[in-house]
Amino acid sequence: MKIPYYPGCTLKTTAANFEQSTLASAKILGIDLIELPKWNCCGTVFSLAADDLIHHVAPIRNLIRVQEMNDNGVIEDEKRLVTLCSMCFNTLKRANLFVKENPDDLKTINDFMNLEEDYQGDVEVVHLFEILKNMGFDKISEKVKKPLKGLKVAPYYGCMLTRPKETGIDDPEEPTIQTDLLKALGADTVDSPYMKVCCGSYQTVNDKDAVARLARDILTHAQNEGAESICTSCPLCAFNLDNRQKEIKEKDPEFEGIPVFYFTQLMALAFGVEDEFYGFDLNYINPTPLLIKKDLLKN
Amino acid sequence: MQNELNIMERIAEAAKSITTGVDATDIEHWVTIYIMGKGYQVPADLTILTAIEFAGYRFIRGCGCRQGFCGACTTIYRKKGEYRLQTAMACQSRVEDGMYLVQIPFVPAEKASYDVGKENFAASVFLKYYPEIAKCVSCNTCTKACPQDLQVMDYIQAAIRGDFEAVAEASFDCIQCGLCAMRCPAEIVQYHIAQLGRRMYGRYGSPIPEHLKKRLAEIEEGKFSKELDVITSASRKELEKLYAERVREAN
Repeated sequence: MKIPYYPGCTLKTTAANFEQSTLASAKILGIDLIELPKWNCCGTVFSLAADDLIHHVAPIRNLIRVQEMNDNGVIEDEKRLVTLCSMCFNTLKRANLFVKENPDDLKTINDFMNLEEDYQGDVEVVHLFEILKNMGFDKISEKVKKPLKGLKVAPYYGCMLTRPKETGIDDPEEPTIQTDLLKALGADTVDSPYMKVCCGSYQTVNDKDAVARLARDILTHAQNEGAESICTSCPLCAFNLDNRQKEIKEKDPEFEGIPVFYFTQLMALAFGVEDEFYGFDLNYINPTPLLIKKDLLKN
Repeated sequence: MQNELNIMERIAEAAKSITTGVDATDIEHWVTIYIMGKGYQVPADLTILTAIEFAGYRFIRGCGCRQGFCGACTTIYRKKGEYRLQTAMACQSRVEDGMYLVQIPFVPAEKASYDVGKENFAASVFLKYYPEIAKCVSCNTCTKACPQDLQVMDYIQAAIRGDFEAVAEASFDCIQCGLCAMRCPAEIVQYHIAQLGRRMYGRYGSPIPEHLKKRLAEIEEGKFSKELDVITSASRKELEKLYAERVREAN
């Protein structure tokens, strides 16, 4: 299955491990993610002001690339655009929905981008999770070479993947899609009441301490339920939950570090792809000791 | 009208030796341009730069190599009846009828000071020195403004994600005229960011040229020492002879 793929800026920088592990595990599943030949920042945050059209230009420009790929024959009749980062997914999908529902605004945006072909409004923004779900988690478990047996993982959803419900990929109150995947990979999933509490998002730039407090609540609640690791699909959540453990530890030396995985890192591990694609070196809390203990990595 | 034409003729007379070199009465095609709002008739085959001189202006700033390389003769203009603000290098573009022209002799822009040898080869270097880069909304106004037809927005976006090679490749032909920065609604100074990108790529990203390494080794081994000794030990007379008899390209 060939499908256009939008990486986003973070997957090319601080979350390069998210991309590496995704491309390697998608290959095992027969999904050929074809990066847009040219792309720009998604816009990061969906603008809620009704007349703030300039902030919808960035996401819509990326959707035009999918049209071009179809026109140029890079892909055949595939109007879906896969994303991985929850922020990119949310911004692209909501901007897409906005212009579909507001054709006059789409015309204004198209007119403004006069060097581009017009966006026709028929691209569909999807998250990799949706592709996996459509494929069927039983099919995914067939590809597992090394079940993540005994690895206690708490799925963490954050906000952007499931909210608002118009664009979310799962029930915003009771999401299960991560649990379904993790079970297919053979892991022991742990439910936590904090699995959809905000991580503090980009406040991490201005107020590290506030984010460290939120992260501490999310992490310790998962630990109290028996989790040894966290799983997420958002580089910003991952940064806040993983890297902010430095600040948590400074305030509370008793706090025990807990590794934070991208779901694709766990897929790559379970599918038994080469070690180089795990990208654990970019994780702040090194998950290697835990994985060795669980017999999932060789010493 | 009669009076105005006389003025034009006088200007043409005064300017002809340095512009067209032909008599104004022999010029068949004329266009009307407006320099800072004032109208002038100029020969249609002049560049904007020579047309402004033809009209009687003398450049103190806003003019450089006259060959399209230096980026000094930045021009903005609108054509009569058109809404678009357009840009050009005055030495590289021909005048067109109805151009409302103004030269931009200088672009005020903050230029960061850094030592590439001490920086991390990562996207963060752009945010460190030019944090406003994160304000890019992908409007593409910079690209539309570029008189070199560079994909300016694309290289800014490449910088945001740390793709130094793409920044270096896409900005290679930048002549630093500054029009991108003048037009950017996010107040990004694109051309300085591009320069940072090229410097970082040159230092850390681009492959070390093998031929250069080879040549350096040859120099150190003394491959060219003999020829150099011949010259440095020669008398003035011998040097003059060598110079007169040197092999040179045809004139």
